[in-house]
Amino acid sequence: MMLPGMIMTLLIGGLLSWMAARWNAVLSKWIALLAVGADLSLAGYWWFHFRDAASSGSSWFIDFQTGWIPSFGIGFHVAMDGLGLVLLLLTFFLGILAVLCSWQEIKERTGFFYFNLLWTLAGISGVFVAMDLFLFYFFWEVMLVPMFFLISIWGDARRRYAAYKFFIFTQAGGLLMLLAILALYFIHGRQTGTYTFDYFSLLHTSLASSVSRWILSGFLIAFAIKLPAVPFHSWLPDAHSEAPTAGSLLLAGLLLKTGAYGIIRFVLPLFPRESAAIAWWAILAGVIAIVYGALLAFAQTDLKRLIAYTSVSHMGFVLLGIFSFSEIAMQGAVMQILTHGISTGALFVMAGMLKERLHTRDIEQMGGLWTSMPVMGGAALLFTMASLGLPMLGNFIAEFLILLGTFSASVPLAVIASFGLVLSALYSLRMVRKVFLGPADLPLKDLSVRELLILAAMSIGIIALGLYPQPVIDMVRTTVRQLVTR
Amino acid sequence: MMHSFNAHTVLVVAALLFVLGLTGVLTRKNIIFMLISVEVMLNAAGLAFVAAGAQWHQPDGQVMFLFILAMAAAEISVGLALVLQIYHQHKTMDVEDLEELRDRPNEN
Amino acid sequence: MLASIAALPFLGFLLLSLAGRRLPRIAIAWIGAGSVSLAAILTVLYGIHFLQSSPDSGVDRWLLWQWFTAGNLSVSVSLSVDALSLVFIFIITFVGALIHIYSTGYMRQDRDYARFFACMNLFVGAMLVLVMADNLVLLYLGWEGVGMCSYLLIGFWYESPANCQAANKAFLVTRIGDTAMLIGLFLVFSALHTLNIPAILEQAPGHFTKGAPNITLIALLLLAGGMGKSAQLPLQTWLPDAMAGPSPVSALIHAATMVTAGVYLIARMHTLFQLAPAAMMITALVGGVTLFMAGCSAMVQTDIKRILAYSTISQIGYMFLALGLGAWSAAIFHFFTHAFFKALLFLAAGAVIEALHHEQDIFRMGGLKARMPLVFYTFLAGAAALAALPFVSAGFYSKDPILWYAWSSRNGNAFLWGLSLAGAFITAFYCTRLMLVVFGGEMKTRVRELPGKAMTIPLATLAVLSVVAGCIEWPHNLLHLSLFSDLIQKVLPAPVLKEQLPAEGIFQLAAVVVTLLGIYTGYLLYHGEKSILVRWQRSPGKVMTRNFLLGGWGFDQLYDTLFVQPFLFITRVNKTDVVDRVYEGLAQVNVKFNRLLSTTQNGSLRWYIAGVLIGILFIITLQLVL
Repeated sequence: MMLPGMIMTLLIGGLLSWMAARWNAVLSKWIALLAVGADLSLAGYWWFHFRDAASSGSSWFIDFQTGWIPSFGIGFHVAMDGLGLVLLLLTFFLGILAVLCSWQEIKERTGFFYFNLLWTLAGISGVFVAMDLFLFYFFWEVMLVPMFFLISIWGDARRRYAAYKFFIFTQAGGLLMLLAILALYFIHGRQTGTYTFDYFSLLHTSLASSVSRWILSGFLIAFAIKLPAVPFHSWLPDAHSEAPTAGSLLLAGLLLKTGAYGIIRFVLPLFPRESAAIAWWAILAGVIAIVYGALLAFAQTDLKRLIAYTSVSHMGFVLLGIFSFSEIAMQGAVMQILTHGISTGALFVMAGMLKERLHTRDIEQMGGLWTSMPVMGGAALLFTMASLGLPMLGNFIAEFLILLGTFSASVPLAVIASFGLVLSALYSLRMVRKVFLGPADLPLKDLSVRELLILAAMSIGIIALGLYPQPVIDMVRTTVRQLVTR
Repeated sequence: MMHSFNAHTVLVVAALLFVLGLTGVLTRKNIIFMLISVEVMLNAAGLAFVAAGAQWHQPDGQVMFLFILAMAAAEISVGLALVLQIYHQHKTMDVEDLEELRDRPNEN
Repeated sequence: MLASIAALPFLGFLLLSLAGRRLPRIAIAWIGAGSVSLAAILTVLYGIHFLQSSPDSGVDRWLLWQWFTAGNLSVSVSLSVDALSLVFIFIITFVGALIHIYSTGYMRQDRDYARFFACMNLFVGAMLVLVMADNLVLLYLGWEGVGMCSYLLIGFWYESPANCQAANKAFLVTRIGDTAMLIGLFLVFSALHTLNIPAILEQAPGHFTKGAPNITLIALLLLAGGMGKSAQLPLQTWLPDAMAGPSPVSALIHAATMVTAGVYLIARMHTLFQLAPAAMMITALVGGVTLFMAGCSAMVQTDIKRILAYSTISQIGYMFLALGLGAWSAAIFHFFTHAFFKALLFLAAGAVIEALHHEQDIFRMGGLKARMPLVFYTFLAGAAALAALPFVSAGFYSKDPILWYAWSSRNGNAFLWGLSLAGAFITAFYCTRLMLVVFGGEMKTRVRELPGKAMTIPLATLAVLSVVAGCIEWPHNLLHLSLFSDLIQKVLPAPVLKEQLPAEGIFQLAAVVVTLLGIYTGYLLYHGEKSILVRWQRSPGKVMTRNFLLGGWGFDQLYDTLFVQPFLFITRVNKTDVVDRVYEGLAQVNVKFNRLLSTTQNGSLRWYIAGVLIGILFIITLQLVL
């Protein structure tokens, strides 16, 4: 009952905060904060509660199942394993920061904003626990629609364009996935006589390779768009740069991760043979994303767009890690999901803070900000260093593990991917130089207590993951092992 | 005085009537005449029903005619009301000048 | 104790970075310099303990925590110290402490006092991790950590765009080497399934056959890492620009410690290099060519810090040469003495620069001997050591063996020996030039103020060390005293010599003669017969050569055309993302179709009816035909 409760908290919290905003906007913020906070503490509790279970090798901690539309074999089946728990923790951690960082930024229709924010979070957390393919699709859409509103209502100048682009891309992928799910449903039903959307039942579907290739591509394209892999990435820079800060944070930190999660949870287990067959191509796609994203990031002058393209580059590493089929690389991919969520999220948060102060995203108009805001400069430097893969910070562990694992899959591709580290240094340092270094002429207010709190939480997170990532690795080990040894 | 009934002839008349009405709708510029032409077409359809009913010795044909009659009455009243409104707004009865529903791609 | 040596600078960094802006300057100075000085004291105590009762294996280990374990990879944060590490730790903390003390005086008027010491402390901590690391991943952590600190400190005065440019360049060029090294790490792991240094050294001889391509590749990749960090050809271009940082930074990072990390890496992984003779030969060649080319550039520089920067590249070239020759302890010994005299030279140069209102051009200095005697004598001690003046300088004792091994070692040959001998001449020449131009002649810029005690005490200490530090190791044909190589050879093997060699004394004599010749030439050109120089300045060929050397052999331009411009071109052309254009095109096609279809919606009632009619006819026809 706890998993549905977790999602319901967000759904009801969203409705309440919408209604509360009629009387009092501040109340609405607090309700949102409380709802996400409750879920964060719940996830934190689970973390400590299931830590021993994880190290002893049990894979599913919580499994909740009840009928939903029994006549079509649709059940409300949610379950959580180590991977899910780690991702839920990330979701609520970033969620609470998203609530906090919109505290001052959102002044119009506050209630509706928090409603959308919480419903997006509910959709995301639902995606991470749904074990029924129909339910998964349902949550996939639940996170999409409120996010569309977040971008199109509270976004920047080109928000309508960005929101539509985001919606069309994701929806196109979503429909392909729906087709693939239905195909799987009918094939499985015809084989066994029981028509069901249940993940664990569908795992045992035997598919002719010609059919499964089509179904696989349906899933894979949907997830590749979300990830995003080149050439499906072009919605991302627009959506990220036009969205409000909290929107960018959720997009970069969480929505992209649902793509990676989908590949790990559905593509690999459902189609082990076919995914092994396309592994080389997927790794190649990852390498292309790494290099191409970095090249684009280097050229940008719009700060948020620059960070958005670095996401493309970083998520290429995830593709690399997943399709290397080695335990090390897969662990790296999970780490990358976490650390990229935090580091890029933090960069977006800071871009938002700068935008609040300067009313521009153009880095050509910034420069020398260190003088007036050294605290933020320090934080920005930390996360830039994280994003270029400096050891001591979480991203290094992730990229190191991924590259090390990829070496066993394909040496040339791993070598090219390694040089992605040089490219990441190029764009990261350019960003720092353009924004924070150089002659100072803008007197700005440094971080407020609320902003400091947000960045401090993220800094501690990224440093902790860099210095002691073992708990995360232990938590997802069972899941990862099952994937690799299959 | 019962003549032998020939449904075929009646149907030909109905078809002729229908084509006449259709031509009227297509060629007339005045919206009132178009409406009258539509009435002619309806009556053609009614005539076909009556003929068919007589052919098969069934009451359905005449029932349908009554039904069409009622519908035509309703239609003409609504239609005339619309025509009146159009005349009020546009001061014309010419359909060539009534292009309110045209797609104007550059205006949205 | 081991852990606390490394932890102290980190602690200082944390304090200064979190609370630095609220602390008074005196507290910042005490924390910044104190943490490193305390670490230095602890190191000395630990060193005494280590030498007296060194553990049986010669290695002292300290496991802090398990870092991460995934699959068959297990990496721990554990420190280990053997004789090699101990030398490095000693230099890092001891020279580091002196430079920190110096900095309390040098930086006293800077706005970002706390940031400076925070970065310096972080650097010392990272460097200590680098040399204490028990596995290659932790070593890489320190390796990248020092790179970041170097970046931060080169760009310390960030308001000038040129400094930021230099900082970026330093980071990027070294990053290329670092990435090569990382790939080397991956290769090591895929061959040996471990990244633990002792395990690698132990298993490598059994796993690789000598001279096999895979081990050669690994060694070359590690060498590439070292070339980046230690500014060796072809990745040397960043170091001269790195002089944009404050002088203490140049002394600590870009002379004494960080740039020698490459030397440490190669010495640490010596077993792998011994298995790859080709890589050893390339190391020696890289060192030899670098020392010559950088030396040539140093001869013509006019910026005092750039002279020293090129001389650093050149001296590290000597170390690489020694490493490539298998003269491991000679390389480490040269590192040991070089740290003292090069740090001294940079600090003294810093004192000169500060006294002359941040004037760095040596031809606008001059006549400082009388005005700044202490700086003059310390600088003299440093320059003598750099020029390897026989017997009275530390540089002599450490450079002489390298010259000898360049001929006598198994890898040695006449070419390498010739290069190193030419290097000795060049070094002596530019040292003389530097001394004469800066301190001799008449005064061209007025001295503002003399350095205070905080600056002079480190200078004096380092000057004494630059004179005497070499005496712990004598050329064995002169005096049988080899404290240093005895210590180092617990860890690193002794050099293997050729058979049937001529007497060592001949080579020493040659080196001494060449050095003195270099000094004489310098004296002649810059003091005796100045007319020669004037004549040279009129010859276009000579001026062109001079400009070529001044620009560091044109490497910057070469890289600019080969890499930078194409890269910028590609990114500029594709700024709006060609893939996005494809989707945009798709959208445009859709809009076109929409336009096409919407022309049928023309609002004409009769047009619609005709449409309906045609549709009906079409359906009826279809019905009839089919």
